[in-house]
Amino acid sequence: MHPAFSVIFLTTFIGVGQGLFLALFTSESYAAVKLLPLQSHQFYAMGSAVSLIFLGLGLLASFFHLGHPERAWRAAAMWRTSWLSREVIVLPIVMGLVFVYGMSHFYGWELKTFGLKTPVQGDLTLLVGALGTVATFGLFVCTGMIYACIRFLQEWANPLTVINYILLGGASGFVLATALASIMAPALVQFFGVWSIIITALAFVFRLASLIRNAGLRSKSSVQSAIGVSHNKIVQKSPGMMGGSFNTREYFHGAPMWLFRSVKWIFLLLVFPLPIMLISIGMAQASTLLLMLAFVVQYLGLIPERWFFFAQANHPQNIYYQTIG
Amino acid sequence: MTQLALVIDLNVCVGCHACVTSCKEWNTSGPAGFMSDDNPYDKDPTGTFFNRVQTFEVGQYPDTETVHFPKSCLHCEDPPCVPVCPTGASYKREEDGIVLVDYDKCIGCKYCSWACPYGAREIDEHQKVMKKCTLCVDRIYDQSLPESERKPACVLACPTSARLFGDIHDPRSEASIAIREEGGYQLMPEWGTKPANHYLRRRKTRIKIHEDELIRADNPLKKEQRGPSKPVTEPTLDDSTSW
Ligand code: SF4
Ligand code: SF4
Repeated sequence: MHPAFSVIFLTTFIGVGQGLFLALFTSESYAAVKLLPLQSHQFYAMGSAVSLIFLGLGLLASFFHLGHPERAWRAAAMWRTSWLSREVIVLPIVMGLVFVYGMSHFYGWELKTFGLKTPVQGDLTLLVGALGTVATFGLFVCTGMIYACIRFLQEWANPLTVINYILLGGASGFVLATALASIMAPALVQFFGVWSIIITALAFVFRLASLIRNAGLRSKSSVQSAIGVSHNKIVQKSPGMMGGSFNTREYFHGAPMWLFRSVKWIFLLLVFPLPIMLISIGMAQASTLLLMLAFVVQYLGLIPERWFFFAQANHPQNIYYQTIG
Repeated sequence: MTQLALVIDLNVCVGCHACVTSCKEWNTSGPAGFMSDDNPYDKDPTGTFFNRVQTFEVGQYPDTETVHFPKSCLHCEDPPCVPVCPTGASYKREEDGIVLVDYDKCIGCKYCSWACPYGAREIDEHQKVMKKCTLCVDRIYDQSLPESERKPACVLACPTSARLFGDIHDPRSEASIAIREEGGYQLMPEWGTKPANHYLRRRKTRIKIHEDELIRADNPLKKEQRGPSKPVTEPTLDDSTSW
């Protein structure tokens, strides 16, 4: 497939936003059961704002993918059958919940503000946070399933696709949380840092698993099944056009083989070992700069990662467009 | 239930592209608006088409055969492109099984084109909506046309009648009979899309004449115990005499 930058930015940005929110709420729920010191409301409010910015940037990027962005609201219609439609519905829900979560922290709202008394401290943010967590995972599943549900894009049609969206988004969000904590909540740096390393390492395992799986894939379609002629030697002489078409632009990545291959090594380096190294050193030296750098490096790695994810998918229609003649 | 479809006979298609041009002509002039082109008379021409004729060479030289292969939306009976559409712009009509795009609802997200294994959908680069074969839905029901012309433009244009049009759920339609009796098949059956359009294979029609049919084994002269005369080798009267 031809990787579209709008979709690359959409999926990576919302991944960061979602991961960051999950990180915030994880630390808050640990604090609720007194496993971590409770942080100031400002930290959570600020974190939510950053998360919202990333989610918003992702939403903005998605509009550049549409031919008719002014009709985007129509995309909520077919949630019964379309994962894309479900994503279109869940993304604003996540944004709304993150917003309410941030506002509740900012103004210190509790359920008793609205006349409901509970014995739990910070009950409202815990409630909204829990809802937000469910919605966030829902959004990851929607995003992953958009790709995983197309059965003939064999590179994508696998649970690993969804798992990788969750893990890669989660990793980038936790790394960002580590960097933010080093500025506003130093007590949480170790907590976020260790989780970032664990999630990044897990993401590495699963991304590697999908790379290995894809390397061994055999295409179910062949030129024989595509045109229904059973002969071992079939050569295309003309695709029915001279100057290319949507079919030759949308489904081929068009990059030379050496670039395609090196992108894989670049992202494998930038997304996994480098950030882990930077976080470890950053934690040891309590250096905000290094932790920030870890996030930037990992995010810069996620762009080629997503590019490769699209480029690697080999659409069966390509069988019909093997030669331009 | 009706399922309109095309049956394309690869045995008679000569690759003339008449279906391609008549399709483009009819549909670019239709009520749904033009099908945009870029550089039509220049280097790298490109544009929106519903139908293309591709060419394949089968076999090893000198034993090769050229197969011209027209390809358009197959109006799948279980179309993977329809459920993925977030807006409902892509739909399959209950009444005749035609898969259509509502250009007023389409947001141009291209997701349906990813979900068609055949590459039958093309975005219109200027109108920014998804386009594909409509089976000429705007002419097959047009009461102002004579009955014989209520067929897709490509079918009418084909000089070799390689394209048959009809309801493949009606066992007596021309299309059904061709599928049944000439071995109609579907493209990429492995994906379970159940394409409504079918193709007919290249097939050779040869008459077999056995030698004993040339030298008649049942020659009636046999009955009279007189074999057919031997081939003449020595000169005949005609060779030695001039009249
Ligand atoms: S050929 Fe492609 S566009 Fe047409 S109905 Fe089938 S899947 Fe959809
Ligand atoms: S491009 Fe149009 S028809 Fe296709 S999935 Fe998107 S909205 Fe639906």
